[in-house]
Amino acid sequence: MLNISEIRKQFPILSRKVNKTDLVYFDNGATTQKPQTVIDAVNNYYKDENSNVHRGVHFLSGLATDKFEETRDAIQQFIGAKHKHEIIFTKGTTDAINLVANGFRSLLNKGDEVIISELEHHSNIVPWQMCCDFTGATLKVIPLLDDGSLDMITFKKLLSENTKLVSVAHVSNALGTINPIEEIISNAHKVGAKVMIDGAQAASHIPLDMQKLGADLYCFSAHKMYGPTGVGVLYGTDKMLNALPPYQGGGEMIKEVSFEKTTYACLPHKFEAGTPNIAGVIAFKNAIEFITGLGVENIAKYEDELLQYATAEILKIEGVKIYGTAKHKSGIISFNIEGLHPYDIGMIVDKMGVAIRTGHHCTQPIMNKFNVPGTARISVAVYNTKEEIDVCINAINKAKMMLS
Amino acid sequence: METIQDIQGEIIEDFGMFDDWMQKYEYLIDLGKELAPIDKKHKTEDNLIKGCQSRVWLHAEHIDGKIIYTADSDAIMTKGIIAILISVLSGQTPASITDAKLDFINEIGLKEQLSPTRANGLVSMIKQMKIYALAYNN
Repeated sequence: MLNISEIRKQFPILSRKVNKTDLVYFDNGATTQKPQTVIDAVNNYYKDENSNVHRGVHFLSGLATDKFEETRDAIQQFIGAKHKHEIIFTKGTTDAINLVANGFRSLLNKGDEVIISELEHHSNIVPWQMCCDFTGATLKVIPLLDDGSLDMITFKKLLSENTKLVSVAHVSNALGTINPIEEIISNAHKVGAKVMIDGAQAASHIPLDMQKLGADLYCFSAHKMYGPTGVGVLYGTDKMLNALPPYQGGGEMIKEVSFEKTTYACLPHKFEAGTPNIAGVIAFKNAIEFITGLGVENIAKYEDELLQYATAEILKIEGVKIYGTAKHKSGIISFNIEGLHPYDIGMIVDKMGVAIRTGHHCTQPIMNKFNVPGTARISVAVYNTKEEIDVCINAINKAKMMLS
Repeated sequence: METIQDIQGEIIEDFGMFDDWMQKYEYLIDLGKELAPIDKKHKTEDNLIKGCQSRVWLHAEHIDGKIIYTADSDAIMTKGIIAILISVLSGQTPASITDAKLDFINEIGLKEQLSPTRANGLVSMIKQMKIYALAYNN
């Protein structure tokens, strides 16, 4: 059993006021709040440890490098990767997908096919459209069923020897659907395709084990898992990452540079050109420790309790419709109320201190599928409570009254 | 005819009567509900200003040296703000619209609605209203 009130004490922002009332933060799908240990780690880095990594011979450079690499170790353990060099630091999930999509430009040819799904975030659509435009490969899309789950029958029909890559989300940011990625990976591998999983909405909610899962590539963002912004991880198998060409050229990623020929560094440095977000990477370890300290399974169980409670309470609102009712869901609820625009609801509940997200959530194809301009979205984190859900529902009811 | 400055003064006075955000928002919602409808034939893709959150349709006509705006939005709060903007700018001459400083937005505490982060298309809407005025001014 998690002690939620103790957990809340670790997040200073949760005790601030917004519009003169207590903050109720349900926009965790966009970014989570940060515990004091993460804030302190960023602070301490600049106060005590600041130096560039992997370059200097002096004391501070060694210290910064050691701490930077400790985070890589922590991530390797956290996601069950076989090798440390399979962990690449990026700016975030979007950056990681772009790194891979850029690399696949030299692996794809005309006639090859890339499969994504209808529920992807724009970050897992647009890079592949750009990649396919460049290479002449074809982009195929797994359709959504009415409950917001993937049409797996059609997916299996889309697979062929032309399929070179399947890139899908682990969890939908707009609907909360948990996709059957094990089944997607095993089917894709049968036709020889590689698989990339966008884990941005999964990494702090679902236990991960890369060796068991068998994905070729998996990525996520630190800021959606209680860590700093501007840091993400691309995991790739040793074999996959070695097959991809470098993304950006610059310092750190080279072995030798001459004007005749430059050779590239080994993994992971090959993909880490330029000075990284050192403070962010170091503090990310504290975020991982926060999560593992509680246990991902415990977090998942508690968040599911919140999801079930919030879903039941939202369904009591007259005229409400929830988008995304798949059997396996993470703590995300997208909804609309008949006759009301989500923007109006979001604006009014904000005045009551409740932060929810409204709009298309960077998933316009999903909005088109359900024929809505947008939705209101509640997304939970481990520090949320049932009392906060009550406050949120009251605020929504009040908005409904004002708008009707 | 009332000048843009006069009308802005009245709006600031109206909003001065509200004690809290709720009264202010209820007033905006009422204004939104009362906004004169846009002619269906003007609710076109060309007249659509896309924001991340809500959509705004804006049409302008040049009649007897003045610009008449009609508009609509799918969100009622946005419509309320549109209603205020129309009450300030519609029926004015192109020159006075292009020169107008819309100080009232700050004064009535609606600045937050107009910051680009709100992405509700209102910043683009004011810009579009001025662009129409500029076009008719030439």
